[in-house]
Amino acid sequence: MAAAGALAAAAIGLVALVLGLGGVAGSAWTVVVDWLVPLGGLELTLDPLAGLFLVLVGGVALPASFYAAGSAERSARGALAYPVFVASMCVVPLAANTMTFVIAWELMSLASYFLVLHEPEERASVRAAWVYAVMTHAGLACLLAGMLLMGAWTGSLRFADWRAAAPGLGAGARGVVFVLLAAGFAGKAGVIPLHVWLPLAHPAAPSHVSALMSGVMIKLGVYGLLRAGLDWLGAGPAWWGVAVLLAGTVSSVIGVLYALVDNDLKKLLAFSSIENVGIILIGVGAGMLYHGAGLEGLALLALAAALYHTLNHATFKALLFLGAGAVVHATGTRNMEAMGGLIKRMPWTAACFLVGSAAIAALPPLNGFVSEWLTFVALLQNTRIAQPMLNLVFALGVAGLALTSGLAMACFVKAFGITFLALPRGDAAARAHEAPPAMRAAMVALAVVCVALGLGATLVVPALVTVAGALTGDRAPVAVGDWLTLGVSGGFATLSTLAIAVALGAALALPLIALRLAGAARGQRRYETWGCGRMLQTPRMECTATAFADPFRRVFGFFYRPEKRLDITFHPGARYFVQRIEYANPTRSIFDDWLYRPALDALRSVAHRARAIQSGSANVYLAYIFAALLLLLALA
Amino acid sequence: MIATLLIALGQVLVAGAGAPLLVGVVRTLKARLAGRRGPSPWQPYADLRKLLGKEPVVSTTTSWVFRATPYVLVATMLVTALVVPILVARPALGFAGNIILLMYLFMLGTFFLALAGLDSGSAFGGMGSSREVAIAALAEPTIILAVFALALRAETINLGDVVERLAREPLLAANPAHLLAFVAFFIVMLAETGRLPVDNPATHLELTMIHEAMVLEYSGRYLALVEWASAMRLFVFMTLLANLFFPWGVTSLAEPVPLLLGLLALAGKLAVLAAALAVLETTVAKLRLFRVPELLAGSFALALLSVTAVFLVP
Repeated sequence: MAAAGALAAAAIGLVALVLGLGGVAGSAWTVVVDWLVPLGGLELTLDPLAGLFLVLVGGVALPASFYAAGSAERSARGALAYPVFVASMCVVPLAANTMTFVIAWELMSLASYFLVLHEPEERASVRAAWVYAVMTHAGLACLLAGMLLMGAWTGSLRFADWRAAAPGLGAGARGVVFVLLAAGFAGKAGVIPLHVWLPLAHPAAPSHVSALMSGVMIKLGVYGLLRAGLDWLGAGPAWWGVAVLLAGTVSSVIGVLYALVDNDLKKLLAFSSIENVGIILIGVGAGMLYHGAGLEGLALLALAAALYHTLNHATFKALLFLGAGAVVHATGTRNMEAMGGLIKRMPWTAACFLVGSAAIAALPPLNGFVSEWLTFVALLQNTRIAQPMLNLVFALGVAGLALTSGLAMACFVKAFGITFLALPRGDAAARAHEAPPAMRAAMVALAVVCVALGLGATLVVPALVTVAGALTGDRAPVAVGDWLTLGVSGGFATLSTLAIAVALGAALALPLIALRLAGAARGQRRYETWGCGRMLQTPRMECTATAFADPFRRVFGFFYRPEKRLDITFHPGARYFVQRIEYANPTRSIFDDWLYRPALDALRSVAHRARAIQSGSANVYLAYIFAALLLLLALA
Repeated sequence: MIATLLIALGQVLVAGAGAPLLVGVVRTLKARLAGRRGPSPWQPYADLRKLLGKEPVVSTTTSWVFRATPYVLVATMLVTALVVPILVARPALGFAGNIILLMYLFMLGTFFLALAGLDSGSAFGGMGSSREVAIAALAEPTIILAVFALALRAETINLGDVVERLAREPLLAANPAHLLAFVAFFIVMLAETGRLPVDNPATHLELTMIHEAMVLEYSGRYLALVEWASAMRLFVFMTLLANLFFPWGVTSLAEPVPLLLGLLALAGKLAVLAAALAVLETTVAKLRLFRVPELLAGSFALALLSVTAVFLVP
């Protein structure tokens, strides 16, 4: 049953991939079915941007579905919700009017809600699904308000009409619509502080669904933001771009800070998705600013960087979630403190996870490096806007991005090193087994795509520039170069991942050959790790995930506000004998403490006050209705 | 084509062969400043040769990551030697990704070394890895911003163009922003290469070491490769400092005489920087680990000021 659903989703993914590639290549079509959907009918339009996001949906859904079909889990849960989820994600980028968009968007949210509620018996799972439902519907309310206002002011619910009418609207009206739409889409994208659902919901779902949610679904929030900020509403004032750029900077730094201290492998990956959406938004914000300033070439470069990172994050995050799924499957836990040594028992999973970790840490010559490089190059040319305040915003973006990439490297040293290296820290990890062939194939395929997107930068960037150009209408030569070298912005900077890969390969081989020629000692002796003369090496002597993140917890203590809980049980006879020590070092979320808790408290107290008018007597309610009627008549 | 290859080979040779000498010179100078005779500056070569001849002992806990890491480290450093203007302004791989590539190549080495530290399963290895990545992560924004300040002045991020522009117009360097960026970069260099006051390269005291803790399990040829790579790291960072901020002598021509002069100029500049490093390391004490972030935050503030100065004082 579940396998049938997964295969159906794989078929949908394949169709989406083919259609999407066609769209990126330039094929465009529109389908209108008037009777299917109320208020305007079903209307689907393929353009290059929609094509790119279709490629994203298909490209991740295909391996994720094979992984799901090949996993040993045989529960029927989600057999229907999963293909519906994939199909609705395909419709969202194609939708060309409000009703089609909103219905597909809501279907996507509902289907993923049921998938998050994977284990209805578990309290944590129910809570995750509930928070997700509340946040996603708050976002939907913002979207509906923005779209209906836009519909009322332009007299149409079709996006093509908005495009034509937007320049005629007042600055205030466009600002209001932008804020509402941006809030709705940012909530779906997991932008801080609207991210609270993401680290709860993504880990609770099965791993192939986590891969789709993190790799693709939150990107549709980015898609919406691109449409709203550059297409539907036309070019906006500078503060739109500044807001997006700063939101991206904050999200990227805070997202990776949370990821660093989390010991739940899937939660760590979920927080890292927030970070990567932040990096994408830095590019989008820069693109909006350049577009507004009339610097067409730079706008295209920044947007191409953002789209490249969107593509990259979809591949490596899907890969990492599938790898994490294999690990969770093998060890029965998501807690990294119980893992370790898996590289010997699961060599394929470990190798794929290492590729994913290196790619997300932006190490050359893999794909994450290319998109971060492009983002840096786009940001570094900001002096061509001659406004010191805007330049400072860009400088903050540069510093934030640099800090993020350093912290992300640390984060994935922890994710890979604690999970896969050294000795197993628990019995389950010591008895772990490699994933079945279909799951391995899915991971290897995604790892190959990661490498290909890195080495094929000279082919991908011009295609993405075309997509960005179709979105903004900018026409400027951005990328020049041959098959080897990519030159951007008229030779301002050049990149050749192929040359880097060849040089690294040669430099790896050089010492091997030189040592052999020089006749250095060849053999090696295996012996246990040196341990200051103690008798036995046990996993308890290894660095734990908590200890690894400890320097960060101290340095950023003002942000994490860690607590120390030390519980010592002494022997009742003498305090010199300790029976048990419990130590916990949890961090607190300032967003829960300072934003959501006060907001919920306020809501609760208002609701409490409102109880005064709820007497329960039908006569009083009739009187209320009568009074409301009188009031409306008086107002009319 | 042949000239390019020869120059590439020359840069790799200078970095690879010069790095142990640079480390030796700093050690000798430090010994003299402390009133000792100290080893000869050529001692690191003898050390490397001795290590290469020994049979390595590899922990049974480790995986292939541990054995691959020394080669990855050396490879990243050899590639950086092709990116950084050591002898010529436009080295062979200068086109491959400019200054940003350089930063990420350093991160590639740190990434694998930190994994190797965890792989040994000893408490020291993990502790060293955790500290090393913390310092690398905090140093990253400063490097980018300091270089950004330079790039803004020279209006390019291509290292070769920065060097040529500054060599052509020395007045560009006579600027407070330039000095701030230099100081910021110098502090980051100390952190990234594990020198005092951030890390002490001469100690094996358990609780204070960072880099040495990570490589504690290495021996034989693996240790030789790791030591060689970290010497090259120091060499490349110092060369960057010398040639980016004081680009005298770096040639754009592929001819023997300017190249030889460039080599001499580089040797002179590195000698001055090595002396400065030796004096600094003899006069300051090691900072407590959790005071290091304050130092790095200070250097970050300097770099940010430097960038702001470029915007505000065109």
